[in-house]
Amino acid sequence: MSDLPEDLHVLDLDAFIAAGTAMLGIPIRPEWQDAIRLHLGISLNLGRWLLDFPLPDDAEPAPVFRV
Amino acid sequence: MSSFTAQAIAADVLAGRRRATEFVTQTLANIAARNPLLNAFTAVTADRALARAGAIDAAVAAGRLVGPLAGVPFAVKNLIDVAGLPTLAGSKINRERPPAVADATLVARLEAAGAILVGALNMGEYAYDFTGENAHDGASRNPHDTTRMSGGSSGGSGAAVARRLVPLALGSDTNGSIRVPASFCGVFGLKPTYGRLSRAGSFPFVASLDHLGPLACSAADLALSYDAMQGPDPLDPVCTTRAAEPAFPTLRHGIEGLRIVRAGGYFRAGMSPEALCALETVASALGVTREIELPEAGRARAAAYVITASEGAALHLPRLRTRPQDFDPEVRDRLIAGALIPASLVTQAQKFRRWYREAVLRLFESADVILAPATPCPAPPIGQKTLVLDGKEMPLRSNIGIFTQPISFIGLPVVAVPVPLPGGLPIGVQIIAAPWREAVALRVAQALETAGAAVARLSVFGGALSRDGKQP
Repeated sequence: MSDLPEDLHVLDLDAFIAAGTAMLGIPIRPEWQDAIRLHLGISLNLGRWLLDFPLPDDAEPAPVFRV
Repeated sequence: MSSFTAQAIAADVLAGRRRATEFVTQTLANIAARNPLLNAFTAVTADRALARAGAIDAAVAAGRLVGPLAGVPFAVKNLIDVAGLPTLAGSKINRERPPAVADATLVARLEAAGAILVGALNMGEYAYDFTGENAHDGASRNPHDTTRMSGGSSGGSGAAVARRLVPLALGSDTNGSIRVPASFCGVFGLKPTYGRLSRAGSFPFVASLDHLGPLACSAADLALSYDAMQGPDPLDPVCTTRAAEPAFPTLRHGIEGLRIVRAGGYFRAGMSPEALCALETVASALGVTREIELPEAGRARAAAYVITASEGAALHLPRLRTRPQDFDPEVRDRLIAGALIPASLVTQAQKFRRWYREAVLRLFESADVILAPATPCPAPPIGQKTLVLDGKEMPLRSNIGIFTQPISFIGLPVVAVPVPLPGGLPIGVQIIAAPWREAVALRVAQALETAGAAVARLSVFGGALSRDGKQP
């Protein structure tokens, strides 16, 4: 659907997951690791794609959105 | 039961031709017979429904005023409060919650209009789902082929309406959870403007993206129920104070004068031949030739994805910390990943949301309605893990919503209409309107239904109700 970056190394993500879940206090089991890595990679790829989009400093975030 | 619509039932009950009790009794019998295979219901409120039907019948007999949904059986996704039932939200964890002490606002409003609640419906856990699968309750099954997904997360709602177990069901839609099951099960679904219908008394998922809305077998039933549910509600902080704008009175005004276009660019990529055929069927029926591009729709979908993962994880963080083993694994692993997304990415997604809103609203200066596919493909087999989009194999769960997410991301009203394809499963098309213009989208849906281009068929496979040989 888009040319998303695919250069997030698996080992980096495993370290990221270990540090993040330890900080948040989420106990994870080894058998969950592959799926968590897959989904984190998708989100980070999509997030980095968003960062590539230039927005003005005064762009107002819309956390609660009224049309 | 092929004309089992809310409009027809209410007309019969209000005219005294048939009693609400007859419809409810038949509905309960159908659920008992069909649900073991479909797995659409997680609770049936038989005693309550029969008592309510008796009250409706007594009111009609006494000549008292009864609402426009008199005697219409309906059911709700089990994240919507029903007094006396724990609000499961598709989870194992919520089974420990005490029963709800009151009905959700929309349940109360439908019953005030004469409708009769008959039960609660299966769903993907905590609404983080596009498949209709559920590790705790089992998958709800597609009536057109019970080996296939009902769609999610309002899978039970789609399956129950498609099989005519109820003429009307409520679902929720954060990223497509009404429109995806409507597409897979071949029924009509309405995701209203963000803030139009109260969400009070429903279990949340992503506050800034959550909507509730109806699924039904006709545009008229969507309009009737939508009109009954409109109105401000101080119990939902984002519910609009805007006056109700009834859709039913203008439903049959036709499409003359409406500027209808189809979405190009992003929405052209990733469509299966079936999705393309459905879109072209609808475009042809409406005489649509003009195409427009929703700018940066792919990034809009990405932003919705990131916000959903992060905010959903934040909602469930206490449970992820204390009992992650009790989640559906398919949901748990995505929520844990979502908890790890840097805040800077989420803030960027929210800022982008503002930009995208302004860009898309400008398109409505030259168009009243935008057509787009609802799902990239018809219902996949239950258990399938990947799908091919634009020639690339992708994870299925995270990609079924590629066409719905850029729309709900900015809260636009959408009607998903079912398009039956020759010899195949149904698939939906999105009829997208400007904010607060549900009535316009419903008019177009009605025009398509009248023309025969959008039809909620009981069976798309002729004599045998289901392609897999089962008779749900």
